[in-house]
Amino acid sequence: MKDLIAIAAFVALVAALLAGADSGVVLNFVTMALYATLLAQAWNLLGGYGGQFSFGHALFFGTGAYAQAIAQLQTGLPAWVALPLAVLAAAVVALFVGALTFRYGLKGSYFALVTLAFAEVFRIVALQLPITGAGVGLMLPLQESLAALQFGSPRGYGWMALALVALALLTTSWLRHSRFGARLQAVRDNEDAARALGIDPFATKLAACVLSGTFMGAAGAFYVQMFHYIDPAIAFGPTTSVEALLGAIVGGMGTLWGPVLGALALHALSDLTRNLFGDLPGLNMVIYGLVLVLIVTFMPRGIAGIGQSVRQRWQGGGRG
Amino acid sequence: MFDLGILYPAVLNGLTTGAVYALIALGLTLIYGVLHIINFAHGAALMVAMYAVYLLHQRFGWDPYAVLPLVVAGMFALGYALQRGVINRASHGKDENILLVTLGLAIVMENLALLAFRSDTRTIETAYTLSTVAVPGPFGVGAMISLPKLLAFGGALATAAALLLLMRGTDLGRAIRAVAKEKQGARLMGIDVEHVYAVSYGIGLACLGAAACFLLPAYYVNPQVGSGFVLVAFTIVVLGGMGSFGGALLGGLLIGVVESLGGLFFGDSLGQVSIYLIFIAVLLVRPQGLFGERA
Repeated sequence: MKDLIAIAAFVALVAALLAGADSGVVLNFVTMALYATLLAQAWNLLGGYGGQFSFGHALFFGTGAYAQAIAQLQTGLPAWVALPLAVLAAAVVALFVGALTFRYGLKGSYFALVTLAFAEVFRIVALQLPITGAGVGLMLPLQESLAALQFGSPRGYGWMALALVALALLTTSWLRHSRFGARLQAVRDNEDAARALGIDPFATKLAACVLSGTFMGAAGAFYVQMFHYIDPAIAFGPTTSVEALLGAIVGGMGTLWGPVLGALALHALSDLTRNLFGDLPGLNMVIYGLVLVLIVTFMPRGIAGIGQSVRQRWQGGGRG
Repeated sequence: MFDLGILYPAVLNGLTTGAVYALIALGLTLIYGVLHIINFAHGAALMVAMYAVYLLHQRFGWDPYAVLPLVVAGMFALGYALQRGVINRASHGKDENILLVTLGLAIVMENLALLAFRSDTRTIETAYTLSTVAVPGPFGVGAMISLPKLLAFGGALATAAALLLLMRGTDLGRAIRAVAKEKQGARLMGIDVEHVYAVSYGIGLACLGAAACFLLPAYYVNPQVGSGFVLVAFTIVVLGGMGSFGGALLGGLLIGVVESLGGLFFGDSLGQVSIYLIFIAVLLVRPQGLFGERA
């Protein structure tokens, strides 16, 4: 219940910001921060609560993005019909990859490697196929209307992103309080002990993988609707994978608000560097990489970890 | 298509490329065998070494082969410092942290190179860049192999042999193997485990220094060049069995030939896909590797 109230408050706050803000800069910032939150929260479902570190989450993102674009361009489906199809496509790929890897008991670094390799395979295949537009990519025709899920101002995309983030938050909150979530966290903390209690680790991890892939797919579809363009490097390249895992880790894995904080902090940081140093290629990623190293070294529990430490100290029983 | 006159040069070319792959994979497998971590910064470190060779040639006109001792020593120092100063501190005893830190280091290195050199692809010109050597084969077929690739083949095998000698025949090698097998026991015998960790990481990166010197006369360098090699190196290490030197050597040569023949039959980019598919298949079916001992 506490979670639900907090989520409602968060949504109301962002909604007020979206409705009230006049400047395009603010609207753009809020929208992109929400988009980054969606990526981080999607990764968090599998990485944070399931303990499976994917280094290739762009795989599901790219699948969703391409499905959204292809459904509209090649088959002429309306954007609203394409959206569930895109999410479904990402879920199917997540089911396939998850089934394959968890079936053989791959975890830890092996899981990270396999997801990375799959993303790379998809990128190279997308570079070859005519249906994905090969190296040129796919471009959606401009068509500003609610029916086409395209908006004239960033505000419309802000609403769309907020709806998706709210869904992701609700799902995460459900994960924290449901039996399934308890099983997932048990598998994360000790797979053998969980198995001894009658939990099926394979099915549990697979479900988390599909859930995570679903939200990545939605993020991909959102990306295509907002930027009207997708190519193999954007879809399956490492940038999105890194952004997703970084937001969750910086904010705090396996927490409800960690990915929100992490995505917001990183997005603010990247905006700040862009304003200070201009659009130097690579600078943003250098800072992301440094932040990753520093966070893992000095704050392994992320930003949310600070809050927990403070609360523990406040209640007197903490180790600090 | 199955004409020996076409196949033979393709196989030879594959072997020469594969030897360099093997050298890169040897460094990766050593780091995995001793530190039990997957070094995601391996490709980025190779790229750093290649830029070092490039710059030394560009600024001072030094020959890529002549700077080998310098680059190898430099990479060793970089590796020692990175492991001792960054990776070890960040690990907190958890493998996931090392995974993330090496990923972070890779991102930093690659994008610093992007900042400094832009994404332009650069090559160096030497007197022998375009020379070729005729290599006679069976049944009267022959092949023209480029001289730098042939030298790379010999150099990579020599470096691998030197590494094996180091591991088998010296006290340092024995200490490294002891730490790899049983960390606590090694510590009780008076071995400085942290030092051995850093040295192993340093040697792993030093292999990349050698590989860079052998690669550059015939290859190019750009900030992303490492990522192409890194998945290939992972494939070889997994194929050969994590931590196995012989496996890395054989796996490297095998992958080189597969890539070359795959490129011949299916075109270059799909030849690349075949490597990733082998990688995924081996990881799924036989994660201990073709030559690995235990599951």
